[in-house]
Amino acid sequence: MNTMKLKNKWPKYYKKDVVTHYCPGCGHGIVHRIVAEVLEDLDLGKRAVCVNPAGCAVLAYKYFDIDTLESAHGRGTAMATGIKRARPELFVFTYQGDGDLSAIGTAETIHSANRGEQICVIFINNAVYGMTGGQMAPTTLLEQKTTTSPFGRTPQVEGYPLHITDILATFPGVVYAERVALNGPAGVRKTKKAITTAFQTQVDGLGYSIIEVLSACPTNWKMSSVDSLKWIDEVMSKEFPPGVLTDKRGEQK
Amino acid sequence: MKENKIFISGNHAFAEAAIRAGVKCYFGYPITPQNELGEYMAQHLRANDGVFLQSESETAAINMVIGAAATGVRAMTSSSSPGISLKQEGMSFLAGFELPAVVVNVMRGGPGLGNIAPAQGDYFQATRGGGHGDYRTPVLAPASVQEIADLTFDAFNLADKYRTPVMLLGDGMMGQMKEPVIFPEKIKKLPEKEWALRGRGTGASRYMASLILDPREMEQHNWKLFRKYKEIEKNEIRYESYLMDDAEIVIIAYGTTARIAKGAINRVRKDGVKAGLIRPITLWPFPSKVLNDLARTIKHFIVFEMSTGQMVEDVQLALCGSAEITFHGRPGGIIPTPIEFARIIYREYQKMKKK
Repeated sequence: MNTMKLKNKWPKYYKKDVVTHYCPGCGHGIVHRIVAEVLEDLDLGKRAVCVNPAGCAVLAYKYFDIDTLESAHGRGTAMATGIKRARPELFVFTYQGDGDLSAIGTAETIHSANRGEQICVIFINNAVYGMTGGQMAPTTLLEQKTTTSPFGRTPQVEGYPLHITDILATFPGVVYAERVALNGPAGVRKTKKAITTAFQTQVDGLGYSIIEVLSACPTNWKMSSVDSLKWIDEVMSKEFPPGVLTDKRGEQK
Repeated sequence: MKENKIFISGNHAFAEAAIRAGVKCYFGYPITPQNELGEYMAQHLRANDGVFLQSESETAAINMVIGAAATGVRAMTSSSSPGISLKQEGMSFLAGFELPAVVVNVMRGGPGLGNIAPAQGDYFQATRGGGHGDYRTPVLAPASVQEIADLTFDAFNLADKYRTPVMLLGDGMMGQMKEPVIFPEKIKKLPEKEWALRGRGTGASRYMASLILDPREMEQHNWKLFRKYKEIEKNEIRYESYLMDDAEIVIIAYGTTARIAKGAINRVRKDGVKAGLIRPITLWPFPSKVLNDLARTIKHFIVFEMSTGQMVEDVQLALCGSAEITFHGRPGGIIPTPIEFARIIYREYQKMKKK
């Protein structure tokens, strides 16, 4: 019989003995682990500061074993600007959801990106407000039912899904922008590669980077975990196609 | 010894004093009548190894202040009334995080956009916390450009000592007026703040969060803040007494209004009216006990404000009905004259004497 040895090294910057508060099938836990792994791979944990959002990931400090600061809803990149400008030697990233980043925090998101702040943004797009119970987000798809678009989102009433990362990618100050889909093992590997690239961009002093992660919210999508991954693949990825949206690293050197 | 006097406007004095007090980061958004403050920072802060950044909004500015303050540097922002309303969310977070920061409000007429003339209509907002949640903000109210310089130093020291946002409350006249000032020496080195987020290094990781989901823990946090505020009330009350030794009638006014009241008092004293002034310098904590003690001998107080009456409520609370209070206010950007105040003092003094 073939036996496979599971190599499961606990990431250095992921707290031990924590019981997850995230729902089964949620993408946050996977992205948290990836972030912790990349912090270790690039040896950034000792000088890293993460800005947590208002939203499900407000409790990110329970998982990340690095210095973290909570933000008011939407203000993450303003706080990150303050941290990085005050102490440029720190490695600074925000971790934000779609409501936080692309609704209430749109002004802060746009202007920090346009200034080309030397920060990284991890943007979790799950097309709903998770923490408050599944209301419509700017990224909610057309026809998608949420508690505040119970008959499905329509352009006439709620407008179209907002492609914020595509907008940011057009800015000269945004050096690296990529969208990835957390839809299976390959998606997990791609997400790790993208976050590594983003973090390295700041390490190299090249400027602002953002990684948008299409991430499952089975609870609020009212789907099984397996169906949720399928939905990312077959529906969400059609509206928000994964790929590198801009890569200006060569121009910055 | 020749004193190094500089003829400078109030808005520039806030900025120069902050630089000398070791401010590392200034974030702000233009609004009249305090634009010269940010402009001075843009001109001079970088040369002093500091960071000046014009933000996209007042909301962004106060959150940049939070980020910078969390790393342990001295950080500040400034604005005028409508912009201060936008900063209140951030003020609440600063209070919750227990982070030091200095916020300057150069008040103008309101509500709404109001106008750009001097007013004192933000007293309630400044002294009651302003943002959501159960907190207080120490508020310092300068009445001269020299005092702007001195109190800016004090504001940073209080903020660091108690880990709290501190507000400097001026108005358009304080900001625009020029006077000779002797600035305190520039602070060369500030002590490190062990609580600051600087990356965990080889130590344990830390976090700052205002979210405390367990009500029992939240209550403990509220009581902890309360104890801090009690400590501030015990140690930090400041006020000025002017011609109080033989005073029979007492004026209570702060900032610009107190300056005008002094002119009025000098005027009525020539006619033998024994008027004195208590000028609260800290609006929170308010010098309530001072007023309450005075009420044993003084039976008539006059409160002057450039509003329809806000500080007068603190005076009422302090006196608990033990003396008569007359209020006279000019809201909306009108600067009253010493003659106007003098007339009120004459009238009330004569009424008092007839009793």
